[in-house]
Amino acid sequence: MSDPWSVKLEPYLDGELSPEDMRDLDSHLRTCPACAAEVLRHLQMKRAVRAAGRQFSPSPEFKRRVQQQIAPRRPAAAAWRWAVPVLAVLLIALSIYLGRQRSQAQHASSELADLHVTTLASTTPVDVVSSDRHTVKPWFQGKIPFTFNLPELQNTEFTLLGGRIAYFNQASGAHLIYQVRKHEISVFIFPERDLNALGTGKTLSFNSASWSEGGLSYFVIGDAASDDIQKLAALLQNAAKN
Amino acid sequence: MLVYSTGVVNDRLTAATFEELALPLFDQLYNFAHWLARDRAEAEDLVQETYVKALRGFASFQPGTNFRAWMYRILRNTFLTSRTGLKQTVTLGEDVPEPASEQTPESILLGHAEQELLQAAMEDLPLPSREIILLADVEEMSYQEMAETLGVPIGTVMSRLSRARRTLRDLVRRKLEHHERPLVGKTRTVS
Repeated sequence: MSDPWSVKLEPYLDGELSPEDMRDLDSHLRTCPACAAEVLRHLQMKRAVRAAGRQFSPSPEFKRRVQQQIAPRRPAAAAWRWAVPVLAVLLIALSIYLGRQRSQAQHASSELADLHVTTLASTTPVDVVSSDRHTVKPWFQGKIPFTFNLPELQNTEFTLLGGRIAYFNQASGAHLIYQVRKHEISVFIFPERDLNALGTGKTLSFNSASWSEGGLSYFVIGDAASDDIQKLAALLQNAAKN
Repeated sequence: MLVYSTGVVNDRLTAATFEELALPLFDQLYNFAHWLARDRAEAEDLVQETYVKALRGFASFQPGTNFRAWMYRILRNTFLTSRTGLKQTVTLGEDVPEPASEQTPESILLGHAEQELLQAAMEDLPLPSREIILLADVEEMSYQEMAETLGVPIGTVMSRLSRARRTLRDLVRRKLEHHERPLVGKTRTVS
């Protein structure tokens, strides 16, 4: 083997010589058996190492695990893409449901307002005429499927005029009529399942208030001032707690 | 032209690009890791950690530089700082005793029966020799790529590779001498 070629033999086999050096070494190998033998020896070892070195393969499960670990978070993005239309549909359904609930409540308010008006327009607005709650309350006994307390009205501006049976949504309830400074106010009491809370506010220019307590729904409506409606509502609420 | 303006899109783009670049290297990185760690479980840990680190640091990878060398460098550094890696660098030197005979082992290695012997010799190689031979002859990296992977100049790559090949040759020769009889017997039985 002749220097300076010997140091170039490995780079020659590794493909790291310049094209010029490559050509020169090619022609040298044809004339130098020692260098040619050395190149062959290196080449055999290089091939053997390449074959022996490629022996370990990752298991498919392991590969999958790492792949999932480094993958862009597509599943999350996909979930969001799904979530948008689903949420939209849910929102629409919710608004329809709430709208229907609201319109049902408005409908119920209007019906009770009608009942209030027609009752007052009647020649016999009440079936039990009494300002005494101890007379009115027992009158309802056996006529409606529940009982209720009525407030003590002494030292207040309110007067109880009487009561009657009211029918709403095919259920029977109590209809009481109160008076405050010439204004008549209707108080409807129904089981909660038959009359949901209707809110507080104005219904066809009447003032109203409603709430539920002890399984009963109360609806107070009249052309009296909103303050009076609220005061009567408070009196009824206190009485229901006793 | 697409303009990616939000951070989210950029992150997703980066992760997708990383996946495209890094996954094709999976098998060869695993092979290399196994050769370094000489244990399946450790090789798996090594590869997994390499991919996680690389993905996390992908933003710092400079486009135009060698991605493969970058991945191998991360794997190698991860190994060198691992318990097994530290042990190998501390306890194993590069000194291999001089061969006792002038036999040339290369031609014998061409047969399949001797491949196990070569593998055993490669496993016995000190870490710096083992890794540079694997990078050069198994991964078929260029000197430049090896220089980037190992973080040394090309001249060092050349001298280290040449020394490693000499060491491997000597190890194979010693093993051949030691196993001469059983190997011959084995070959005869097969044929």
